[in-house]
Amino acid sequence: MGGNSDQAELERQFQQRIDDDIKIEPKDWMPDAYRENLIRQISQHAHSEVIGMQPEGNYITRAPSLRRKLILLSKVQDEAGHGLYLYSASETLGISRLELIEALQSGAAKYASIFNYPTQTWGDVGAIGWLVDGAAICNQVSLQRTSYGPYARGMIRICKEESFHQRQGYEIMLALARGSDEQRQMAQDSLNRFYWPALMMFGPHDGESAHSAQSMRWKIKRETNDALRQKFIDQTVPQIEFLGLDHPDRDISWNESRGHYDHGEIDWHEFYSVINGNGHCNRQRLQHHIRAHQEGEWVRDALAAYQEKQRQRDCQDPD
Amino acid sequence: MIDRQDSDDILAYAVRLGDDALVLGQRISEWVSNGPFLEEDIAYANVALDFLGRARMYYRYAADLARDGRDEDHFAYRRNEREFTNLLIYELPRGDFAFSQVRQLFVDLYNTGFLAGLGTSEDPQLAAIAAKTAKETRYHLRRSREWVLRLGDGTRESHSRTQKAVNELWGYTHELFDVDPLEQRLAARGVAVDNRMLRPAWYQAVSRVLDEATLEIPGDDWAVRGGRDGYHTESLGHLLTELQYIHRCYPGCCW
Ligand SMILES: [Fe+2]
Ligand SMILES: [Fe+2]
Repeated sequence: MGGNSDQAELERQFQQRIDDDIKIEPKDWMPDAYRENLIRQISQHAHSEVIGMQPEGNYITRAPSLRRKLILLSKVQDEAGHGLYLYSASETLGISRLELIEALQSGAAKYASIFNYPTQTWGDVGAIGWLVDGAAICNQVSLQRTSYGPYARGMIRICKEESFHQRQGYEIMLALARGSDEQRQMAQDSLNRFYWPALMMFGPHDGESAHSAQSMRWKIKRETNDALRQKFIDQTVPQIEFLGLDHPDRDISWNESRGHYDHGEIDWHEFYSVINGNGHCNRQRLQHHIRAHQEGEWVRDALAAYQEKQRQRDCQDPD
Repeated sequence: MIDRQDSDDILAYAVRLGDDALVLGQRISEWVSNGPFLEEDIAYANVALDFLGRARMYYRYAADLARDGRDEDHFAYRRNEREFTNLLIYELPRGDFAFSQVRQLFVDLYNTGFLAGLGTSEDPQLAAIAAKTAKETRYHLRRSREWVLRLGDGTRESHSRTQKAVNELWGYTHELFDVDPLEQRLAARGVAVDNRMLRPAWYQAVSRVLDEATLEIPGDDWAVRGGRDGYHTESLGHLLTELQYIHRCYPGCCW
């Protein structure tokens, strides 16, 4: 029974470190469930960065001005970089990038369901930068204080770039809102389509969130879904007003006593429907990833073969 | 003294160079989210950003010379496939990874010589653009060269794909070293690069890389030309269709 009490003691010390806000590092002891929970969360985050390249990537070749094209391209490039940091952070937990990619492609791992929505117009590129990156920032800012060191440090780097992403999205919306009638309609339409899905990015209400309580105790999550969502709703109201667009939520109203905006009911039926495969792009996003990965196989093989040849050459003539 | 003829010539020359950079940048940008692994998506985005950035610099200079309200986006978005004057090699569809890397090697080696020449142009604007872009070209060359070595000397499949790419691209390289009357006039005034002079060094450098990559240099038995006269392959029209679609749908709008 000594083993069990050792285990209990390790867990007690582990929780103590977390309560004292000491970061957990890769070589530290950690409960298996903590490790698994982190791998799930970080890899889901990594996959979201990578799959998220597709909806915006959809407009790189069509961006309406050279300036916009360059900004969008570097934004999408940043997202690839975020994917890389986060895969590296996951790897410190003892899982390889290849395993993570396999889990994504088999459907075992998830990515943010927001990326199952199609980008139909240029306005959608603006709405995504503004609202989707904006919602992601709310979440990521809180994760800068997450208990796992590599994840927290990754978030600090990522957050620096994210504010540029949100700004470029908002600038797109601003140009549309101040443009022609058609452009203004485009902006309103994109706002209408992306507002609610952006709210859903924070996940279900706290009472219904499967992983929330334990994740909060371990400080993997630092703020609840509903608290983060409220922050986002509050910050978005004046931004919509500044654009001069109509708020998609007719029930939005300032609640003086709460110091927050009250808002209308979120259509969770739609949320689960899209997650469960009824989004416009669920299959397409994965197929795209699988196709690119398969088309790249011969390149990765060539790289490995070349490196092996180089290694053998180095062995043969040791200078 | 820069007279009217010179100014028109320089404008046309800047637009050509802008077209080269825009069309290749557009092609390369197609790789983002389609690369063999994430690091390559990032690398391709870098190369695309650089070429698109060059396009803006050349077009802006052209707009300065034009002084008639045309701006950088006019040159990129409002001209058709007969008006674009990029060389054909830049517009060819991206093909597989080997095709894109071999094209990049050819182009990077070409630009190494070209930008060194343009850096000494009598036209200070063109010289400044060349100086700004030469460093990036060294980075691109390092990458394209290393990839061609790896692919050529990798597996049997990568070798055959890469050799095929070399063969398919070779006939489009000759046009890089042509000089038409406009470029002759500008070269005579020390403004433009005389591309004819660039081929020997280019050929030697390409041969060295291909040789090390266990690849063969094809014969010079075919050559396709015409980009500077707006005589393009069919692929350019599709590239422009995509590039210009939104801009042309909403004429006169700001973005
Ligand atoms: Fe990101
Ligand atoms: Fe972002």
